Amino acid sequence: MNGADNRTTLTLTYVVLGMAAFITLFPIALMLLNSLKAAPEVIRSPLAVPEEIRWDNYTRAWRDGNFSTAFLNSAILTVMTIILVCGSGSMTAYVLARKKIKSWRLVTGYLLATTTAPIQLFLFPLYFGFARLGLIDNVFAVSVIYCAIFSPFSIMLLRTYFLAVPKELEEAALIDGATHWQVFTRVMLPIVWPGILTVALIVGLNTWNEFLIATTFLQGQGSMTAIVSFFLFSGQYTTDWGQLMAGATIVVLPVVALFIFLQRRFIEGMTGGSVKG
Amino acid sequence: MHRLYLIPTLAINLSIILLPAILTIALAFFRWDGISQPVFVGFDNFQALAGDRVFWRALTNNIIWTAIFLTIPIGFALLVASMLLLISRGRILLQVIFFLPIIIATVITARVWQGMIFNPVSGIFGWLEQFGIHLTNPLTKTATSLYGVAAVDLWHWWGFLAVIFFAALRQVPAEQIEAARLEGATFFQMLRYVLLPGIKSTIMLMMIMTVIWSFLVFDFVFIMTRGGPAYSSEVLSTMAYRLAFYDLNVGKAAATALVISLFGLVATFFYIRAQAKDGDL
Repeated sequence: MNGADNRTTLTLTYVVLGMAAFITLFPIALMLLNSLKAAPEVIRSPLAVPEEIRWDNYTRAWRDGNFSTAFLNSAILTVMTIILVCGSGSMTAYVLARKKIKSWRLVTGYLLATTTAPIQLFLFPLYFGFARLGLIDNVFAVSVIYCAIFSPFSIMLLRTYFLAVPKELEEAALIDGATHWQVFTRVMLPIVWPGILTVALIVGLNTWNEFLIATTFLQGQGSMTAIVSFFLFSGQYTTDWGQLMAGATIVVLPVVALFIFLQRRFIEGMTGGSVKG
Repeated sequence: MHRLYLIPTLAINLSIILLPAILTIALAFFRWDGISQPVFVGFDNFQALAGDRVFWRALTNNIIWTAIFLTIPIGFALLVASMLLLISRGRILLQVIFFLPIIIATVITARVWQGMIFNPVSGIFGWLEQFGIHLTNPLTKTATSLYGVAAVDLWHWWGFLAVIFFAALRQVPAEQIEAARLEGATFFQMLRYVLLPGIKSTIMLMMIMTVIWSFLVFDFVFIMTRGGPAYSSEVLSTMAYRLAFYDLNVGKAAATALVISLFGLVATFFYIRAQAKDGDL
């Protein structure tokens, strides 16, 4: 549609959209604004411009939130999970998309069912099992849990990318004497690369932000993620909201920066599969 | 040969999800504190749940939550998405803005709302006091705690829906929209007769997902109220978590988890059917 019929409709549309944008940005703006203020100033008015810009809120938040360790843990966890999901997921997605096995229907159905499985359904035995195996506070073990949770939807998303590849390409490579593995790694993977990147981005975001598993399995001082660290630190220092908002900004910043650069891929990946033509 | 490709996915999935899920089903019939030997108790855990007022409170809260999320965010997102279709300038920018909350971690969103909005000292609620507008922090009152948490989750959630609906609306054939326009349809007629029917399957899918997610809701409740005050905002997932890790009543927690899963299962059935209809399965 190229514009509305009459001016009133169009004006009204912009007013509603403007209000929606305001509601969305308002809490984020409050976070940024108050992250630069001293605690008494926040209490005087959360809306006022800072009298003196307090960058030390950030350094104190970084220290009190133990963010040097926590960011490193989050980064390792995120990278590990991305590698696990993309590695195992792309093989499965390929096999399911091309119906390479007889039971593809069963496996697809099972994976669709686990996409929506409640974490509570497997959390308790998993926790006590991990405890017995000494895997609590182990970042690598937790990345395997994330892999299990994020794989099903990643596979469904990757599958659509594999489905879009013409079958002739595969057949041609096989005739040229390539092995099945070579077809997968040398022909298919380079073509579906954008799909893998999208999945990596979404899985990375979800891992970075994840709360329930992280707070249950990674409680030790040395193994906490940035999210868990912020959660604990924000429960302790509830009088200095300036410092707290600085901590919040630090945790959010890498995610938002990445989102601004790669918004299209983010939006496509996260909304993909939900839109039915 | 290709069967081998599935091994990593299935090995991880079966050991992390399926095996523990089966154990949860079994544990629901045992009394277990997580350490000592489990004792078989039959249906005792379920009977304990049936007689537990907190359980019924939590279940009711999940149902209220589902009702809220099936209406307010879907309605608002549909309105905003179709409005995005009307305008020609600023679409991309607005989409990026509406999408922002969903990428911000729940802990961050929760703390920003607690400290900067609801807080009577440091937040907007306290600031409004100067103008004689008296608002109490909804999280501290039993009558409003659930709605306070829901408000934050709504902020976090509706924009994501709007972007999904907008992507779907863009696939409605332009000729249909043009025809309706030539016939002189108003905005709401257009919405009612062309746009909404055009994206019916997407709306249905999101409603199914809403039901599933509403029974799983955990983060915001756990972070902001821990189910309180006086269990007023307790939902099934926070109740199960508390039972397992604070009360060390893993059997009853497992029974609660099964109730959550039961609601999820019904919705999942419709989810798989919706996916299968599109030739995915």
